Amino acid sequence: MATAASSEPTRRDFLYIATGTAAVVGAASAVWPFIDQMNPDASVQALATIEVNIGAVEEGQSITVLWRGKPVFIRHRTAKEIEEARAVPVDQLPDPTAENAALPADAPATDENRAIKPEWLVMIGVCTHLGCVPLGQQGDFGGWFCPCHGSHYDTAGRIRKGPAPRNLDVPIYSYVNDTTLRVG
Amino acid sequence: MSGHSSYEFQNGFLRWLDSRLPLPSMLKGQAMDFPTPKNLNYFWTFGGILLLCLVVQIVSGIVLAMHYTPHVDMAFNSVEHIMRDVNYGWLIRYMHANGASMFFIAVYIHMLRGLYYGSYKAPREVLWIIGVLIFLIMMATAFMGYVLPWGQMSFWGATVITNLFSAIPIVGKGIVEWLWGGFAVGNPTLNRFFSLHFLLPFVLAGVVILHIWALHVPGNNNPTGIDPKSPKDTVPFHPYYTVKDGFAIVLFLIFFAVWLFYYPNALGHTDNYIPANPLVTPSHIVPEWYFLPFYAILRAIPSKLGGVIAMFGAIAVLFILPWLDTSRVRSGSFRPLFKVFFWLFVFAGVVLGYCGSQPPEGSLVLIARVATAYYFLFFLLILPLLGIFEKTKPLPASISESVLPKKKAATAEPAQA
Repeated sequence: MATAASSEPTRRDFLYIATGTAAVVGAASAVWPFIDQMNPDASVQALATIEVNIGAVEEGQSITVLWRGKPVFIRHRTAKEIEEARAVPVDQLPDPTAENAALPADAPATDENRAIKPEWLVMIGVCTHLGCVPLGQQGDFGGWFCPCHGSHYDTAGRIRKGPAPRNLDVPIYSYVNDTTLRVG
Repeated sequence: MSGHSSYEFQNGFLRWLDSRLPLPSMLKGQAMDFPTPKNLNYFWTFGGILLLCLVVQIVSGIVLAMHYTPHVDMAFNSVEHIMRDVNYGWLIRYMHANGASMFFIAVYIHMLRGLYYGSYKAPREVLWIIGVLIFLIMMATAFMGYVLPWGQMSFWGATVITNLFSAIPIVGKGIVEWLWGGFAVGNPTLNRFFSLHFLLPFVLAGVVILHIWALHVPGNNNPTGIDPKSPKDTVPFHPYYTVKDGFAIVLFLIFFAVWLFYYPNALGHTDNYIPANPLVTPSHIVPEWYFLPFYAILRAIPSKLGGVIAMFGAIAVLFILPWLDTSRVRSGSFRPLFKVFFWLFVFAGVVLGYCGSQPPEGSLVLIARVATAYYFLFFLLILPLLGIFEKTKPLPASISESVLPKKKAATAEPAQA
């Protein structure tokens, strides 16, 4: 056989490549449903919005509600907490972005960008390090403290010290009326 | 070491079967007549012990799966139902839970034995790599099994460990939600973990067969690290090592039984008897004891992605160990400097385990960082350099010579006198 000498592509080469390509594409299309079935399903996606009555939450109190299987902190902040949060220069923060789902990704982490109404701080109560629930009104900055690996958040839920890489996430939320909050 | 033996079976049925499926002669050649170095010490019995551990976990696990319900509303209660109502359920569940710890005790001794005696060196690199793979699958299986009782530690352990993947840039969040099947650890997570926890032990059994196959090509390493040079250096596996392994298994089962019958909850965590609550994180999350050193490495690095990389790196480095150790002498017995660094490594592992069990505060953070640094330096710097600079002790001429020194001395003495 003169196979070694020939550098011209033959019909057999074409058949090999075409068969191989079809096999790869076919296998990938067959595998995809088996991968995608693990993603959040329709029933999980459907539980995307909740309404919370915040009328009974006094200044200095917090409530925690469950949204999409995660705790959401709703805190009625005191004037002192708001003042402390506003006094921090943004360029001193480990994460200078607001992490507010309603704002562009590069919005600065000012207190104004973290809360729609300054007295109400709403954020997902999941530490951005490894997902524990931080404890309220603890830690070095009077905000939240995660007991798992020692992350300290301030009174606007911004990371100040510890291994967490990001500020606590602010979900999409709106005020239906003065005492009702819709999360999601 | 060669293929199956050419043994002619006396029994007519075996002869008939052997000419159609050579299973009898394969077993005779590999499990009975297999030439095994005659100087193996008791550290070599842990392979057999580990096989027993896998069988115990599979048998007890299949029974537990007959009574367990993988649903967030029922999982915790079904485990209590096993403990209180099912006949001998308490025994089988404690056997399975403590069996996991016994499995890891045995595997750590087995791995350290391989490390000390250089069992990963040529021609056993593939054997070692398959072993590290087994270790990885064991860890995944144990982690998912710990989630199934759906207690507080189950839930928060699952949350923290799956969140490790969120450290991956860009795709991290998507991967984590894909693992969860939701926006947090929940029922889909529990269901799939149960399915995979059932599957992986059988994958493990398959990989164990590859491990034994890869062992039976070069044959066993031994405490001297030198190859058998003549048939005098070896004995048949049966009865010599079947009996030795059997005796070690009896001792190991006694050790197992002490935990199982007297301290069944000592290796677990009390918080796991509190049903999972997604709104409250326990004040101090710790993984099972066998993950503590790796957990300490994770926390020792003050960056999320860095910690995750270090933790996975601590296991990944084991895969390339055969090429990091440059020494031509296999056994640590003849490497005086290696011995020192080896025991320091074991000590660093214990220190990391302790640091992992404590809250990351004060001097423990620094200690964990030093121990983490040593863990990596041992593999990445000390082992490559030792092979160049270490002056090793002279090796014995053969395995036989190493185990029969007294006879030599006895014959030499009269000549001197």
